[in-house]
Amino acid sequence: MGIEQKLGTMGVVTHRLEDLVNWGRTNAMWPILFGLACCAIEMMGSQASNYDASRFGMELNRPSPRQSDLMIVAGRVSRKMAPVVRRLYDQMAAPKWVIAMGDCASCGGIFNNYAIVQGVDEIVPVDVYVAGCPPRPEALINGIMTLHEKIRGEKLKDWA
Amino acid sequence: MLSTGSDTIQELTVEELRAKVGTGMEIANEEEHLLLSMGPQHPSTHGVLRLLVELDGETVVNLAPDIGFLHTGIEKSMESKTFTKALVMTDRMDYLSPMSNNLGYILAVEKLIGIEAPPRAQAIRVILAELQRVASHLVWLGTHALDLAAMSVFLYCFREREYILDLFEMVSGQRMMVSYFRPGGVWRDLPEEFIPAVRHFLDFFPARLADYEALLTNNPIFLNRAKGVGIISRDDAVSLGLTGPSLRASGVQWDIRKTQPYSGYEQYEFDVPVRTDGDVYSRYQCRIEEFHQSLRILQQALDKLPDGPVNASDRKYVPPPRAELGRSMEAVIHHFKLWTEGFKAPEGFVYQSVESPRGEFACYLRGDGGSKPARVHFRAPSYVNLASLPKMAKNLFMADLVAIIGSIDIVLGEIDR
Repeated sequence: MGIEQKLGTMGVVTHRLEDLVNWGRTNAMWPILFGLACCAIEMMGSQASNYDASRFGMELNRPSPRQSDLMIVAGRVSRKMAPVVRRLYDQMAAPKWVIAMGDCASCGGIFNNYAIVQGVDEIVPVDVYVAGCPPRPEALINGIMTLHEKIRGEKLKDWA
Repeated sequence: MLSTGSDTIQELTVEELRAKVGTGMEIANEEEHLLLSMGPQHPSTHGVLRLLVELDGETVVNLAPDIGFLHTGIEKSMESKTFTKALVMTDRMDYLSPMSNNLGYILAVEKLIGIEAPPRAQAIRVILAELQRVASHLVWLGTHALDLAAMSVFLYCFREREYILDLFEMVSGQRMMVSYFRPGGVWRDLPEEFIPAVRHFLDFFPARLADYEALLTNNPIFLNRAKGVGIISRDDAVSLGLTGPSLRASGVQWDIRKTQPYSGYEQYEFDVPVRTDGDVYSRYQCRIEEFHQSLRILQQALDKLPDGPVNASDRKYVPPPRAELGRSMEAVIHHFKLWTEGFKAPEGFVYQSVESPRGEFACYLRGDGGSKPARVHFRAPSYVNLASLPKMAKNLFMADLVAIIGSIDIVLGEIDR
């Protein structure tokens, strides 16, 4: 890491707290284990051997919303599922972020009909939208990197 | 708080759910038993399945599935699209085997309008459908093993699945939602690098398959979790309408590819694996054996792949090739008509079933003389197979329920549609 070179003889390193916290948040992100439809399979693909999302600090999905800080809405959200998605989001502890993975989660996709919520941003605040039907694992990883960039720019005064 | 358009939508509590499913599920002891709502967000329900489980301590007394969390209105939406354009909807039903869905729907359309794909297209369909079976079973094997806490199998399975997805991308341009089969043939001919790539897959895959078997087949932990668990008898399996590997594991030799061959399956030699125990382990063995049989079919299909066109020549149903558009006015008119209005299908209905990785997938299609289907209905194998779950899980532990859900290999996209 090279941190020992910066420590010097005093064992102290000076840094901006904002950057340090944001750095920690980006590199230890715990997504909630929660797949809805087709995109969930690509999400599994992005975490499996070939794409390996754990390179970006996402080693494990947590099945419990209490332990996770990232919700990847992977798939179409039906009207019956919408309250459940909202409940899961409410159960997550702050700070929390949402990625709308795929066209259905972003805007309803090809399913412009009575059954599907036209974009998950109707029920939860979305940070990053990933296009594709379904997006390739690379696209999802790009979405995660975009979210990391967004988090790195967060300001101390905005932390609630 | 929650606004999703017109109506206010509320989540069902366990009490409301019990009232709703009360007629379908008898609760043995309301005083002492625990009613547990498992799902829709649960790592082992393979999607958004919700189960209302009545528990006596750790033992499952009874359970009722609550489905519909992924209801997409696919059948209704297909009625507003032309026959060709409705195809994209079928990909997104059983998202682990889009090729099989495409095939079932396309065969029904071809039956309705009375055209047949040329021999080369039929062989290509068989190759891709069998690759899809392998890919789908790989996801089943990976997630099933993951549910039983064998993490490494999942990583190995997804490695091989990526190879198959690359093959799909090679032919169709998409990894999962391929829409490659079209009425009267396929989208385009196979690219020249496809056949060597499949042959390469056939070379290395048997050894990988042996690796998975080495990890699971004689693994004592897996045997303890799988053997004698979730038994369903032959009679029950038949009366519940089980199909696919779940039925064959109970001792019934029934495979649509053998009993009602389609797409030229009668030309290929393969066995239908059957086991008689009807437990989780038998279903595992059946699917593992199906890997081998799919490889056999692939080998034969590659060896016998005929030359020739990949699309029927009837211009009223099949769009003309791109090269003709610059030369022939007639081709331009056909192209325009097919992509704007679509072709008209006669009045009447057809029923076509195919063997999807999960069982008998069938399409009921009704035409009313117009260019859009009047009614489409799918017989989803996962939906029927799920009905066997209460019978299989009775008087077993909660942990066994997880193993059983994995072993019947359900896809919620197909159940809810």
